[in-house]
Amino acid sequence: MRGNHIVAEAAVRAGCRFYFGYPITPQNEIPEYMSERLSKVEGGVFIQAESEIASIHMVIGASMAGGRAMTSSSGPGISLKQEGISFLSALELPAVIVNMTRGGPGLGNIAPAQSDYFQATRGGGHGDYRNIVLGPNSGQELADLTHEAFDLADQYRMPVVILGDGMLGQMMEPVQLPPEVQIKKLPHKDWTLTGAKGRPSRFLRSLILDPMEEEEHNWKLMRKYEKILKEEVKWEAFSVEDAKMIVVAFGIAARIAKGAIKRVREEGLKVGLFRPITLWPFPAKPLKELAKKVKHFFVFEMNMGQMVEDVRLALDGSGEVHFYGRPGGVILTPLEISRVISSYYYQKKL
Amino acid sequence: MKKVFCRPKSIKRTPFHYCPGCGHSLLHRIIGEVIDEMDLQEIIIGVPPAGCAVLAYNYFDIDMGEASHGRAAALATGMKRALPDRIVFTYQGDGDIAAIGTAETIHAAARGENITTVFVNNGVYGMTGGQMAPTTILGQNTTTSPGGRREDRDGFPINLSEMLAIAKGSAYIERTAVNSPANILKTKKAIAKAFRTQLERLGFSLVEVLSPCPTNWKMDTLEACKWIDEVMTAHFPLGVLKDITGVKKDAH
Repeated sequence: MRGNHIVAEAAVRAGCRFYFGYPITPQNEIPEYMSERLSKVEGGVFIQAESEIASIHMVIGASMAGGRAMTSSSGPGISLKQEGISFLSALELPAVIVNMTRGGPGLGNIAPAQSDYFQATRGGGHGDYRNIVLGPNSGQELADLTHEAFDLADQYRMPVVILGDGMLGQMMEPVQLPPEVQIKKLPHKDWTLTGAKGRPSRFLRSLILDPMEEEEHNWKLMRKYEKILKEEVKWEAFSVEDAKMIVVAFGIAARIAKGAIKRVREEGLKVGLFRPITLWPFPAKPLKELAKKVKHFFVFEMNMGQMVEDVRLALDGSGEVHFYGRPGGVILTPLEISRVISSYYYQKKL
Repeated sequence: MKKVFCRPKSIKRTPFHYCPGCGHSLLHRIIGEVIDEMDLQEIIIGVPPAGCAVLAYNYFDIDMGEASHGRAAALATGMKRALPDRIVFTYQGDGDIAAIGTAETIHAAARGENITTVFVNNGVYGMTGGQMAPTTILGQNTTTSPGGRREDRDGFPINLSEMLAIAKGSAYIERTAVNSPANILKTKKAIAKAFRTQLERLGFSLVEVLSPCPTNWKMDTLEACKWIDEVMTAHFPLGVLKDITGVKKDAH
């Protein structure tokens, strides 16, 4: 199955009944699939909105009403959605946002890139907030993480971003699809707007004029984020046990780097891979733990160096951090990465 | 003694924050009365905007979900599609609906979204201090159209309701005012009709209400009401702009 189709199918299986989108390459297969699929599901709603801005606000409306809602886009379209993502955070509304990242800035191109890491993990819009950001590296993870994203969004009442890229979206892989969720069995939401029948009226607002009250709202968000930092961190460690050098990469770059590591391992180089799966919360503690034994970290990204900042923050000086990246939609190759690894490895006489 | 006048039960016992002579408090009350009379309190959801009415949820005793500036029609679309048997209405000012939210509004109308919009037109950005709005008429003084709006410098005002009436998906569009008892009653009837249009699933309905803003117009209340009649209605004529409902009994 194609990556974009996997995301769409996994979302429907997770109980997503509301999809609002706008065409942009390389994620068009998501709205295309959803338009067909949701028309065949009870209560399914698909709207091709007039803009990315409208689509994210339709997500807000459906989420306020208690539905599992999703939108997807790429680079420039995700920029347009930032207003709504900030409001989702402020209003504490669950939603899933998929970014099949392309080369940027500006219109850039339609080739795969990882250049929206900062935008996704720092919040992206105005105000003090974070998104849960999941970084899948395969068709299977697109399925599993998309499915899980809806649960996380509901549990924490906040937006969850699936940070993929054009390659993951277009790539075809065999996949085991997650089970179909029974919407009626999902946990009850006691905050939705459905009409004040048999209960006092409710409102959802993000305007809090009193600074003390807005500060308290911010601290409330912060407490939620602290819980997530403690409980929701996910990562993969590969061949790190005897490693003298650790490669850090996420998403598709990590998949490519794994190939490179297997290649240099055959030559006897003791290199491991650390792959953050949750990009926020970033797995800082397990990474720092590795620095007790390893002092050399090499970060590979398909951008000019974004996650490398989180790696430096996590290690806090307890290891040497180097970076190699290809921005603009250029795809790293296993050969390229293995050459960089080898030359560093021998240079440092590891 | 018989009680002949009271606060609508869908309006909370919170004093309005609106300026003296402002049309918002009147309009809130009218909408409250309609909600009560049509028995909608338990099935209606309101979408207040960014603007003077941003705190509307403090006054309406109904479910309300605040939209960001201009996006009410998109938000209401998502909400109504999720809850097709509820009544969803947006309450938006002229800057919100006719400038930053033009696209969302036109496309909601074009799709024929089964929602209702109350569009409060007072020709200025009220909450931010009286800047020029998309509906500021030529010659009108605002803090960003000094000396009065000039077409060569500031461009022409926009007649959004007329544009929406062209949309195939709109069912009922009317422009009213709240500057006299007769106009207030007409406005109330129009809002009731707009909600009925939605209940009957006929498509997009909108009531544009010309509303006084004495504070930013720098007029007293009576002058402001008179100015609506004498100047504003020349640019924004009152009346039904579109009606496919076929309901003639409450035409006026």
